Amino acid sequence: MSLTEDYDPLKGKMLQILKPDGTLLPGEKPPLSDEETFTLYQKMVFIRLADQRALMLQRQGRFGTYAPIWGQEACQVGSTCALQKSDWVVPAFREIGATLMMGIPLKKFYLYWMGNEMGSQAPEGINVMPVSVPVGSQTLHAVGIAWAGKLKGEKIVSIVYFGDGATSKGDFHEAMNLAGVFKTPTLFFCQNNQYAISVPRSLQTASKTIAQKAIAYGLSGIQVDGNDLFAVFAATKEAVEKARSGGGPTLIEGVTFRFGPHTTADDPTKYRTEEEIEPWRPLDPLVRLRLYLKEKGLWNEGVEQGLTEEAQKEIDQAVKDAEAVPVPEVEEIFKYVFAEMTPQLREQMEYVKSTLA
Amino acid sequence: MAKLNMVEAINLALREEMERDSRIIVMGEDVGKEGGVFRVTDGLQQKFGADRVIDTPLAEAGIVGTAFGMAVNGLHPIAEIQFEGFLYPCLDQINNHIGRIRNRSRGRFTCPLVIRSPYGGGIHAPEHHSDSPEAILAHIPGIKVVIPSTPYEAKGLLISSIRDPDPVIFFEPKRIYRAIREEVSEGDYAIPLGKARLVQEGKDVTIIAWGAMVREALNAAEQLKGDKIESEVIDLRTISPMDVETIITSIRKTGRGVIVHEAPRTCGLGAEIIALINEKALLSLQAPIERVTGFDIPVPLPKTEHYYLPNPKRIVMAVKKVMNF
Repeated sequence: MSLTEDYDPLKGKMLQILKPDGTLLPGEKPPLSDEETFTLYQKMVFIRLADQRALMLQRQGRFGTYAPIWGQEACQVGSTCALQKSDWVVPAFREIGATLMMGIPLKKFYLYWMGNEMGSQAPEGINVMPVSVPVGSQTLHAVGIAWAGKLKGEKIVSIVYFGDGATSKGDFHEAMNLAGVFKTPTLFFCQNNQYAISVPRSLQTASKTIAQKAIAYGLSGIQVDGNDLFAVFAATKEAVEKARSGGGPTLIEGVTFRFGPHTTADDPTKYRTEEEIEPWRPLDPLVRLRLYLKEKGLWNEGVEQGLTEEAQKEIDQAVKDAEAVPVPEVEEIFKYVFAEMTPQLREQMEYVKSTLA
Repeated sequence: MAKLNMVEAINLALREEMERDSRIIVMGEDVGKEGGVFRVTDGLQQKFGADRVIDTPLAEAGIVGTAFGMAVNGLHPIAEIQFEGFLYPCLDQINNHIGRIRNRSRGRFTCPLVIRSPYGGGIHAPEHHSDSPEAILAHIPGIKVVIPSTPYEAKGLLISSIRDPDPVIFFEPKRIYRAIREEVSEGDYAIPLGKARLVQEGKDVTIIAWGAMVREALNAAEQLKGDKIESEVIDLRTISPMDVETIITSIRKTGRGVIVHEAPRTCGLGAEIIALINEKALLSLQAPIERVTGFDIPVPLPKTEHYYLPNPKRIVMAVKKVMNF
């Protein structure tokens, strides 16, 4: 039996392996070794700190509007660690975790949110698309990317990230449908963080789960505890293997919670109460891993402090490097529109230059 | 050399390009087995198989959005939108992603994609089958907009569009899909994008048109000969980026201009062309530029469509107006 059969969305069960108290569910085995688990925990700590720094930089006016990941680290780390380097990641705009996991340098990530397009230029060999702000529109891209890979005979898969809000968009449904018809090796990863800005999950859809939407399109679907690194990893790994071997796409719903605002421009106290957030606090993806690793003798306060200090140093350096990048020359905004600049663009560029003299 | 109509010429271009480059695929609604509702892709699926000529589900944004992903990952998709009236759901993808990806990723990802669509009125079609949305597309940065006016032109321009490293919207004037037959060479010839065609030289007035309107302009020019008016006719070919130089050179020579387009008048490309002429050749003008256009109304149903579409009579009247200014 596969996980998607065991956890068929119509059965209404959510896959969980590691409980919030840091113990495994009865009968479950960890899908990752202790060493791998520790490394991924370390990545999650790094991502959370890098995310907090971004928030801080925004408050200080050194960063643009930013969409923080806080709370969704297991979704992104657990899913990307099931990928290969040549696979494609198609993010929405809250994907610091997935982005860094695929090897985009933190400096580049910061550069983008500081307002420089150079930050969206993935290094050669890393297939991470630029963020997609129009909600849900990127789901189609992941289908096309995977489809092209299939037609070219490549063994790649693509994974697209989106939230519960995106599942109300037409593009999401067209993407699921196309992926189903052409069996493209695409993973649809919905981070159901309970809110699309201020609109709660209950107002987004009358479906009992988001995972069940897979059924209508002939896809596999599974709902997982998105705050459980093991569950996310296990479900993604199975979906990746299935996609890579020609078995087609899967929709994974990671049930999680956005602890922070939608973006730095948002005030969540307007639409949700502290009482509502409270039950989610013990479900924090880092908390249960800490408890798990502690039990294994791999974690204590000292270890945490070491990880934190090391991460902060690396983050300091990334901030420094990103802020040291000079404001690009005027040419930069014109020269990448087409392979070759048109006479119109050249004329407009010369005009701007003349006003700067 | 065979005499072909535009449908056959486009089919030939697709066939030859697909033979040349295995990265090229054709996708859209009814493009495979049926060969397209206008038969533009006739026989291609039989020749190249269902993996390269793909009948898609009925989802325009889906077609264009997945074609974008395919292009980013190394294929050269040619997506067909069955009628221009169904292109509008794709504007999100075209504006927000297709036209921007090279710029957004600073060249790391590119989108060599062609979106073909029949456009324009004059075939007594149902609602939503007669629009001319070229100005909407021309306003979007990062995409090129190409419109052929004859079978020979269609083949050469489509070849260039397919080979272009950036996204191209290729509007096919459905009114003249089968109305003109002319010699179309087999094999490779490319007509460069961004260059207009001087269809006919003349010293008195410049008539600027594209697509199906070129034929109307030529018809008007012929009638004007009777009044001893020599018209210079320019076929714009590429709407964006526009060949400003050819327009300006001609206006400097004739001092008078008439712009013809089917699209609604307000914010149509005629307005842009007039602005360009004002910026670059104002002092050459002997009269204000005239526009012969569609109106700011939905294209009427067949009974009254003839009120809407520009015709040689209206072009002749406009030319006489600028001549007698």
